[in-house]
Amino acid sequence: MKYSSQMVAKPYFIFALVLLAGEILFGLTMSIQYIYGDFLFPAIPFNVLRMVHVNLLIVLLLFGFMGATYYLIPEEAERELWSPLLAKITFWIFLVAGVATILGYLLVPYAELAQLTMNELWPTMGREFLEQPTITKVGIVVVVLSYLLNVTMTVIKGRKTTISIILLTGLFGLAFFFLFAFYVPDNLVMDKFFWWFVVHLWVEATWELILGALLAFVLVRLTGVDREHIDKWLYLIIAMTLIAGLAGTGHHFFFIGAPGYWLWIGSIASAAEPIPFFLMILFAYNMIKNRRIQDDNKMALIWAKGTAVVGFLGAGVWGFMHTLAPVNYYTHGTQLTAAHGHLSFFGAYVMIVFTMVSYAMPILRGRPHGNNAKAQKVELASFWLMVIGMIGLTLALTVAGVMQIEMQRIPDAANAMTFMDTQATLTAVYVVRSLFGVMVFAGLLTYFASFFVKHEKVAA
Amino acid sequence: MSERITKDMAKNIYFGGGIFAILVFAGLTFDSVKQIPELSHAENITESVVLGKKIWENNNCVGCHTLLGEGAYYAPELGNVFQRLGSSDEASFKSYMQGWMASQPLNIPDRRKMPQFHLAPEQVDNLADFLIWTSKVNTQEWPPNIQG
Repeated sequence: MKYSSQMVAKPYFIFALVLLAGEILFGLTMSIQYIYGDFLFPAIPFNVLRMVHVNLLIVLLLFGFMGATYYLIPEEAERELWSPLLAKITFWIFLVAGVATILGYLLVPYAELAQLTMNELWPTMGREFLEQPTITKVGIVVVVLSYLLNVTMTVIKGRKTTISIILLTGLFGLAFFFLFAFYVPDNLVMDKFFWWFVVHLWVEATWELILGALLAFVLVRLTGVDREHIDKWLYLIIAMTLIAGLAGTGHHFFFIGAPGYWLWIGSIASAAEPIPFFLMILFAYNMIKNRRIQDDNKMALIWAKGTAVVGFLGAGVWGFMHTLAPVNYYTHGTQLTAAHGHLSFFGAYVMIVFTMVSYAMPILRGRPHGNNAKAQKVELASFWLMVIGMIGLTLALTVAGVMQIEMQRIPDAANAMTFMDTQATLTAVYVVRSLFGVMVFAGLLTYFASFFVKHEKVAA
Repeated sequence: MSERITKDMAKNIYFGGGIFAILVFAGLTFDSVKQIPELSHAENITESVVLGKKIWENNNCVGCHTLLGEGAYYAPELGNVFQRLGSSDEASFKSYMQGWMASQPLNIPDRRKMPQFHLAPEQVDNLADFLIWTSKVNTQEWPPNIQG
């Protein structure tokens, strides 16, 4: 570790991993309700489980990005963080706000939570992924602004690199587009249209800039390849991200009441959305091929490669599968959407957080050469358990989606099965999905175990 | 490919392409916002429809159902429930909704359960009005059939 203020990243990483464990547990519980509708009902209805599952994901990724930034920025700027104290304070504010919100979801009915938090003053609740009470949303804005201030000041006062500028661009974009969460018009179509300005422009635009910058940072450190070369790749990746991803928002506008030209524009632009993810694979493998140093932290490199590959599978392949309007006409809002959502969030975003944690954590724990071989072996097992588990559950959901489309969507009105009848035929597939979910959770526990593998003191 | 492109060229592609993409997207957004009132029949958004949307949000209905294909995939699509279960007749849809909301959760073992939301009859009417309005949005002929 070059700068002592990088240490503030540690609690962010640890808490992100704790939230990930919670996220998976809630996911597993939901998957059981898919099989036994009475499981935990009415104590925790499905909508509450889902809200917690998805909100934990968003918050854990934000914690992960923040930890990653606080680790990376001092090294890139070649100076201490502008205010380590502010970073510590925002950690605790974010933690308390996050935990209070999750408890709110679990302890009172949602309508009561809306009342308690005076949602009627500025109603923003009850929309997918943006279920947080308005006061929590304000809290998120405050936390993100103080984080941006801290990072921006550090960059301004220090060395400016392509990586840090692109990371900052992504973070400012993240902050800007979140503001659309406060716009809830009475017209449902307008509401849905601008809701995507948060959701799509986060995950398929600004977050990809963050992802690219984090991946580039780890590759610079682990391969020692010339920055000139890495920066060039990074620019190409994010150029394609914006060119395809912005107009690509149109693939969400097909059937929600927006103009018909989105069928064409959304299809064409989003057909190009796999390109930046494919470039990330070429980027990672190219840098590794041309590497000038051999870092002992082999796992960090494996996670980096994994992020590129699984990100491409989930976002690129599974996204492309149903992004063309004539296909999406049948797949829109089926289990196929869920399949894509799971593998893309895991591959691109959860895995980049793992990459950063696996790269930075050993250093933060005083192991500049990475964890010992035994710990890395355990971590490698956790990598495969989680990756295979996620791909397995994605395949199961894909099968469920295809069957659902065959029974419910493709036949004409006289022969189509109802939604509930269709779902009843899919129980076996949902059991398989749950089993792969258990595998993912076992993988995460194995990952935790790798932290506790004994380390012999080696003379430095 | 990578050998012929320099860092400066890549940077220019990023800035040029990025600005172009932002302008195109902003322009199309502007046009969509102009067209949406007509496509959604905004003139039919009554006070009851607005109240119904609030009830939809305050009870997190989207946490199980989809509406125009968006939401969770645990419970049926409701964008066309007016046609599917109300036979496109407002009076019969409203009376169906009153009965349906009052009888939740259904006592069928291991069927997916819908909670009891304790809505007043006029709130159920608001919700019905919201769903009726939604069912008339121009969705480019989606869904493929009545089952949603």
